[in-house]
Amino acid sequence: MSIRTFSFACLAMLATVATAAETITIATVNNGDMITMKELSSEFEQAHPNIKLQWITLEENILRQRVTTDVATGGGQYDVMTIGTYEVPIWSKLGWLKKLDNFAADYDVDDILPSIKNGLSYQDELYAAPFYGESSMVMYRKDLMQKAGLEMPNTPSWQFIKQAAAAMTDKEAGVYGICLRGKAGWGENVALITAMANSFGARWFDEKWQPQFNTKAWQDTLNYYVEVMNQYGPPGASANGFNENLALFQTGKCGIWIDATVAGAFVTNPADSNIADQVGFAMAPDNGLGKRGNWLWAWTLAIPSSSKKSDAAMTFISWATSKGYTELVASKKGWKNVPPGTRASLYANADYLAAAPFAQITLDAIRSADPVNPSVLPVPYVGIQFVAIPEFQGIGTAVGQQFAAALTGQMSVEQALLNAQRTTERTMRKARYPK
Amino acid sequence: MSTNASFRSKVFYTALAWLISGLIFFPILWTFITSFKTEAEAISATPSLFMFEWTLQNYSDVLARSPYFDHFINSVVIALGSSVVGLLIAIPAAWSMAFVPTKRTKNLLMWMLSTKMLPPVGVLIPIYLLFRDFSLLDTKLGLVIVMTLINLPIMVWMLYTYFREIPHEILEAARMDGASITEEIFHVLLPIALPGIASTLLLNVILAWNEAFWTLILSAANAAPLTAFIASYSSPEGLFYAKLSAASVMAIVPILILGWFSQKQLVRGLSFGAVK
Repeated sequence: MSIRTFSFACLAMLATVATAAETITIATVNNGDMITMKELSSEFEQAHPNIKLQWITLEENILRQRVTTDVATGGGQYDVMTIGTYEVPIWSKLGWLKKLDNFAADYDVDDILPSIKNGLSYQDELYAAPFYGESSMVMYRKDLMQKAGLEMPNTPSWQFIKQAAAAMTDKEAGVYGICLRGKAGWGENVALITAMANSFGARWFDEKWQPQFNTKAWQDTLNYYVEVMNQYGPPGASANGFNENLALFQTGKCGIWIDATVAGAFVTNPADSNIADQVGFAMAPDNGLGKRGNWLWAWTLAIPSSSKKSDAAMTFISWATSKGYTELVASKKGWKNVPPGTRASLYANADYLAAAPFAQITLDAIRSADPVNPSVLPVPYVGIQFVAIPEFQGIGTAVGQQFAAALTGQMSVEQALLNAQRTTERTMRKARYPK
Repeated sequence: MSTNASFRSKVFYTALAWLISGLIFFPILWTFITSFKTEAEAISATPSLFMFEWTLQNYSDVLARSPYFDHFINSVVIALGSSVVGLLIAIPAAWSMAFVPTKRTKNLLMWMLSTKMLPPVGVLIPIYLLFRDFSLLDTKLGLVIVMTLINLPIMVWMLYTYFREIPHEILEAARMDGASITEEIFHVLLPIALPGIASTLLLNVILAWNEAFWTLILSAANAAPLTAFIASYSSPEGLFYAKLSAASVMAIVPILILGWFSQKQLVRGLSFGAVK
């Protein structure tokens, strides 16, 4: 072999290595918006031929367990992780996530809604990019409200919700006035009841990290919840989470459903919903204390510190959470199906506002949510429907079981709150939080 | 009179057996039927058992969205690989315990079984760290190793039980004729214990196929078996019951077919030595 041939061979090998596609592994949940992202990711691969995408789609709890194990042990299995607003502040503080400071030039970070951006930042640096955001709102049947001779205000009170639920309930016809989450879990009934409790003036901890389940505000919250659910809710409500209530509402079994704003697109879709043209939206209820019972959540994309392909991962995140991606989804799936709740520009888009009747309520709900000051009284934690501390998953689930027991009548509201107080006190004392 | 009573009791027990079988099988039947419904029909408040518009759309969607055959191959490799490797270790171990027992054999067996009493999550972090350090994360080899270790106590116990039923005199006769230990195991013991070995193999293939803790935690994109395939269709925000059912049917059908064709061997092996 001549020197020239050898040199050409070496150059060809180097060129092959240089152009070999880098494969990044993305772990995500099986929600509608993520499925769309996966479907459209071929467009990203075409635009970036040097990056190949490998997907792992899992159920939320399995994904949480898996990515937590990996990020905590530095396993390095994933380059992009789908995590929520609960994990981001905790993981960024622990140094498990890479700072996101290398977005594409046209990314427009300032377009991200401030409440969402704050929830994903640590020491004023962004550690995750929001893929879609949500708050909670009231969804109701306009036809049943009309039949009951009532009109839903844009900003209802809890008292009005109770009155409307009573008027809409027709158990013989299989119609229940109200459907709320009853399934035990920190992301299930605890999310709803904690957000509710904020508007009743309750809080999880005082400024010294003392649990507050022994207060009147918590008693009022849980009494209200148990009473309306037992009188006007569906049977077996303690097994109902988001999906179960979605199925009930879409099949015309619920008058009012208070849950995530992301449901707006599902319940108004005539292909899946029997009552698509009869759905109205309103802000989450309040008690006149200055806080509404709405939460704040975002599914975000983040890069674990253990990833060795962070540049490629960053390029993908820039694409998937950009304005350009929103326009791509709109062109392929229609404006109603774009990922909601993250960018101000989406809510200034006339096409989106015309296609999504829930858009304004979603924006108002997200804007009004304040994770730093979630309740009427001051708190030492961040988070509206959760407390952003590592211990919360365990405590939240234990407290959720007490709430579910109160709902099914296995124990009184007083006993459930007493148990919740004891469980929380014990865990917090062990973790040395109380000052 | 007694013939009538015997006939009535036979009819009663047959009906009872059918009823219990029906109850056990109903969730599988319901999953199968739901896989042919639209998502709207799957959540209908008045669900229909057969009177709906049957569609194959869910299967088509699932096949378009996920690399089913990659997951299937991974499941086959992991289930068969771990069962065969497990047998290679379990057969000599069980032979030794059954035919050359020591004072500590029973304790050793109990200790092996006690490893099954520990919740798997209790050893999650050490195993994950070992896998990370030996680059076994998301590899089929890693999952074969972990499945072998998980099922080994059951394999040893099952084989030990079968081997104990085999008269020692047969093996002694082989020894008298000059057979080595290997020849004794391969030419005398294995042919006699074949039904037991076959049922042990089958049971472990089923256990490894259905295992959904380690296979989900230790795999990502390359080694993910059908358990990960099913998990990818469960959603906290969105109703995809029909697609989830289609994915479930596609995941369980291969093992159901295997179980169906090998049920005789399975039952014979599992009841071996039960009646004496």
